[in-house]
Amino acid sequence: MEQTVEYASATGALSGIWLLVAIPLASAAILLLLGKRADKWGHWLGVLAVAASFVLGLVFFISLSGLEEGQRSAQQSLWDFIAVGNLHVDFGLLFDPLAGVFVLLITGVGSLIHLYAVGYMEHDPGRRKFFAYFNLFVAAMLLLVLGNNYVMLYFGWEGVGLASYLLISFWTTRPSAATAGKKAFLMNRVGDAGLAIGIFVMFATLGTTQYDEVFGNVSALSSTTVLILGLLLLLGAAGKSGQFPLHAWLPDAMEGPTPVSALIHAATMVTAGVYLIARSNAIFSANTTLQVVVVSVGALTLLMGCIIGAAKDDIKRVLAWSTVSQIGYMFLGVGLGGGAYALAIIHLLAHGFFKANMFLGAGSVMHGMHDQVDIRRFGGLRKYMKFTWLTFGAGWLAIIGIPPLSGYYSKEPIIASAFERGDWTAWLFGWAALLGAGLTAFYMTRLFVLTFHGPERYTEDNKHPHESPFIMTVPLILLGLGSLVAGYLMHTSVADWLVPVFGEHEEHHAVMPHGVINILGIALTVLGAGLAWLLFRKGTALEPQPAGVVVTAARRNLYTDAINEAVFERPGIYLTRALVFLDNKGIDGLVNGIAAGIGGTSGRLRRLQTGFVRSYALSMLTGAVLVVGAFLAIQLGWLA
Amino acid sequence: MNDFPFLSILTLLPLVGAIVVALVPKAKAELAKTIAFGWSLVVLVLSIVMWIAFNAGGDRFQFRESYAWIPSWDARFTFAADGIALVMLMLIAILFPVVILASWHDVEKSNRSAPIYFSLLLAFEFTMIGVFAAADIFLFYVFFEIMLIPMYFIIGSFGGQRRQYAAVKFFLYSLVGGLFMLAAVIGLWVVGGHTFDWTKLTEAASSIDQNTARWLFLGFFVAFAIKAPFFPFHTWLPDAGGAAPAGAAALLVGVMDKVGTFGILRYCLSLFPEASRWFAPAALVLGVIGIIYAALLAVGQNDLKRLVSYTSIAHFGFIGIGIFAFTTQAGTGSVLYMVNHGLATGLLFIVVGMFVARRGSNLISDFGGAGKLVPVLAGVFFFAGLASLALPGTAPFISEFLVLIGTFTVHPAYAVVATAGIILAAAYVLWMVQRTTQGTLNPALAEVPAMKKDITLREKVVVAPLILLIILLGFYPKPVTDVINPAVEATMSDVGVQDPGPTAVVANERVAR
Repeated sequence: MEQTVEYASATGALSGIWLLVAIPLASAAILLLLGKRADKWGHWLGVLAVAASFVLGLVFFISLSGLEEGQRSAQQSLWDFIAVGNLHVDFGLLFDPLAGVFVLLITGVGSLIHLYAVGYMEHDPGRRKFFAYFNLFVAAMLLLVLGNNYVMLYFGWEGVGLASYLLISFWTTRPSAATAGKKAFLMNRVGDAGLAIGIFVMFATLGTTQYDEVFGNVSALSSTTVLILGLLLLLGAAGKSGQFPLHAWLPDAMEGPTPVSALIHAATMVTAGVYLIARSNAIFSANTTLQVVVVSVGALTLLMGCIIGAAKDDIKRVLAWSTVSQIGYMFLGVGLGGGAYALAIIHLLAHGFFKANMFLGAGSVMHGMHDQVDIRRFGGLRKYMKFTWLTFGAGWLAIIGIPPLSGYYSKEPIIASAFERGDWTAWLFGWAALLGAGLTAFYMTRLFVLTFHGPERYTEDNKHPHESPFIMTVPLILLGLGSLVAGYLMHTSVADWLVPVFGEHEEHHAVMPHGVINILGIALTVLGAGLAWLLFRKGTALEPQPAGVVVTAARRNLYTDAINEAVFERPGIYLTRALVFLDNKGIDGLVNGIAAGIGGTSGRLRRLQTGFVRSYALSMLTGAVLVVGAFLAIQLGWLA
Repeated sequence: MNDFPFLSILTLLPLVGAIVVALVPKAKAELAKTIAFGWSLVVLVLSIVMWIAFNAGGDRFQFRESYAWIPSWDARFTFAADGIALVMLMLIAILFPVVILASWHDVEKSNRSAPIYFSLLLAFEFTMIGVFAAADIFLFYVFFEIMLIPMYFIIGSFGGQRRQYAAVKFFLYSLVGGLFMLAAVIGLWVVGGHTFDWTKLTEAASSIDQNTARWLFLGFFVAFAIKAPFFPFHTWLPDAGGAAPAGAAALLVGVMDKVGTFGILRYCLSLFPEASRWFAPAALVLGVIGIIYAALLAVGQNDLKRLVSYTSIAHFGFIGIGIFAFTTQAGTGSVLYMVNHGLATGLLFIVVGMFVARRGSNLISDFGGAGKLVPVLAGVFFFAGLASLALPGTAPFISEFLVLIGTFTVHPAYAVVATAGIILAAAYVLWMVQRTTQGTLNPALAEVPAMKKDITLREKVVVAPLILLIILLGFYPKPVTDVINPAVEATMSDVGVQDPGPTAVVANERVAR
């Protein structure tokens, strides 16, 4: 697909887009530098900074929509970031329709979650630091989506990785939290290395990393280069978005405070991989093999996430695996290409609402239940937590795709698109997506029923569950409303809005009539939900029960952790130990041995006293004179 | 302004300071420290003035001075600075006051003389400035050798455990390297027209016989590779870095080791272009091995100072491949790396020193959960770690990125393996941070009274300039790259190489910038 890409310069109100990043960054810096002095009011500054970015984002969004459709972009070069030889990298920003919807999602949902966190973190002595990190995250995430070149994207990309690390291991005294944070950062860095090499490939072949220059010249690349480049970007995307094979960090990331899980590990950061692929649509659309790989990763991950999610008993882990699975749908969408790019973004936005809503709901449940996370020990909470129950219910119906809630409008079109592929793979990926819908309905219903319905199964210290304060329920209500209507509101408007980025959608014929796919989707959803309702409406055993092969495998994350450990972790540890030994005994031992041998004082080097230095120096000097003499003799001989 | 004899004054100033401080009686330790600190600040101010006077777009070598020394050998006191030397001089001028302030109480625990210690630091600054400012090869060689003396005594007399062993090992290693270099220097004098002047020698370089040039290259290279150090000449550094006082260790890896990489750029590449190209594949392989090998070793260390020393060896691998990739991005990246590594690893060593001073132990296993006791210090430690793993927003990111992208355009395979080093860097930094400051509090640590005291005002003053510079240069590296660029481009043209163009772009199809 030939594409010319030109971005207009930022003018008028849009020349202030740098403020979007600068405001939360400044707030984070203030909160960190002032230290304890800001403890009393720091959280409000944090909320205010994100809210200010949201208001500005809205202003810029409206300004952008006021421009003619072909001109809807605003590029701003702040300063020369790197200029060496023929490498030029702007510290530059780009506000276009795609960046615009992300800005609104990040700052909009972000504001609500910040507000919620004021209540959630109220009794935590580190609340100010928490908001500093939270603001830092928002700033880095905005830089990620607003950069006008891949180096800026990488800058934000590693920045959100840092914020994610800091927030996962926020309760650093817990060894599990510290380990989970490190695991997240390391697995992300594997992806980051892929992204970095991708950037090197761009520079080596196209001489630039600016979006417009890269996208405009994709046609100059050989198809092998496009494939390699795309796979490298995909590796980065998979790392950040918790997709196979770099998915294992995301469920562990639930060690962080729940608002972190909602904002970073559900609504925004983990969707950065989808953003990367969507932003690079010119590259991914240029190679069909590449697209098949992306679709396969998405389809595989979405099924894996469903299967594992159905076997977990920790409310946040179920939601985390659900996130892995839902992002699988988004990867499926961006992999399908064409009109499905926009569909994936719509699902991403809708998911941002309903998954943030449910994570905050889970936090509200934990808040009222002494941080209990085991759904076996919940039950009947609808009586005690009306707001949480209703809003979580909205999220539940939205994610499983009950019409007319938001998941129906965002997920169903992706499934239909999978059936529109031109060959037999339409059946493969289409049915994978359909099956995923049924499984999603099953595990989400299980989660919902076990938590809010059925008999009460509380532990001794948890006899009096209570609803959360208003500062937490208000964001829940707003996000709950979003879960209800966002999909309907966005499904055509956002698709049209994104036309300047992805191009016009060409109609394809599906291998099955659209109506049939639609009915099948709803039928499978109802089937999955109904089955879960029947199985779990009377509660469940309080302890994990012996299970068959499939459930055991699912409980153990389909053995992916075990494989990581066996293939990377253990050999890595052994290799490190072996090298430490080798370096001390081998290389260094060799050197010491030679030194001792020459001096004829074997073993004495370890007991050397200063007195020996002089004799050593003397013998070295003698040696030096000899070597120099020999050298001179040879040189003069040659010269003669 | 450019006629002002910046370089000779800058070189001699710390020597005078060293003598003055040495004359202070042992009992008046505070006076000696204050003089030393003030003196290093004067050097810093003069360096800043010199930085401003330097014209980035002007001659390759500026502030040239030359005085007679040994006429019969044509050895002269010649000083001159190109952009590469200038940024290194600036780094020295910044690091010394910081280290002097950081080392304020280092001598108190032992019964040794504070005036001597701080005099040695200034003497070391004299040799460091001299070695980077020299433009006469004999003068360079002399500085190259005498810089061992102050550092030998700093490690041997003021160091920690196994200091004697480490000092001797450090001395012998360097001496062996110096020996090779001495041979090469004399050889060069013989074949290069009986002069030690760098400029004259580069002009004569093209007439040197190919084989001879390769041998001479090797003589210099071995000396520099030991100094840097590159794999497999590295084993002296963990011992020296582990035994040296933390501040001196910061100078050791932050400044002194750069003499090796600086020497390669200034002497190996420009004097022996053909030999440089011929040896480049081998040097690249050593660099790549060093990155991976030293990073894996860093992961496995249980001694904070040895760990940081190993990370430095990995970083020198990056500098090495950047130099021998022969592209402007990689070359400029390498020089920038030398500066940024000085700031970042300097900071890391200094902060490690603050931990070690409190705990009285280098061993990671003696820490654990320290963040609960000293949160701010732990935060600074974490920041230094982030800079060391080259996170965007910190200066080392720019240099690492430049080295890798510049190397990739000519040697993609090496660049890809080297990029794996950034994953290992995250591993050694985060694991170090986790074992030291995170997790449950080590009960033995909680009982150490000094661990109850978080960062002091003096320590804040020490770390603040480094943190500021690391962030500033992480967002806006241009003032430094603009100075480095012309010197690197000149060096690349000495070597006779040009950057490859983008492989896939047809000129007329490019979107105009």
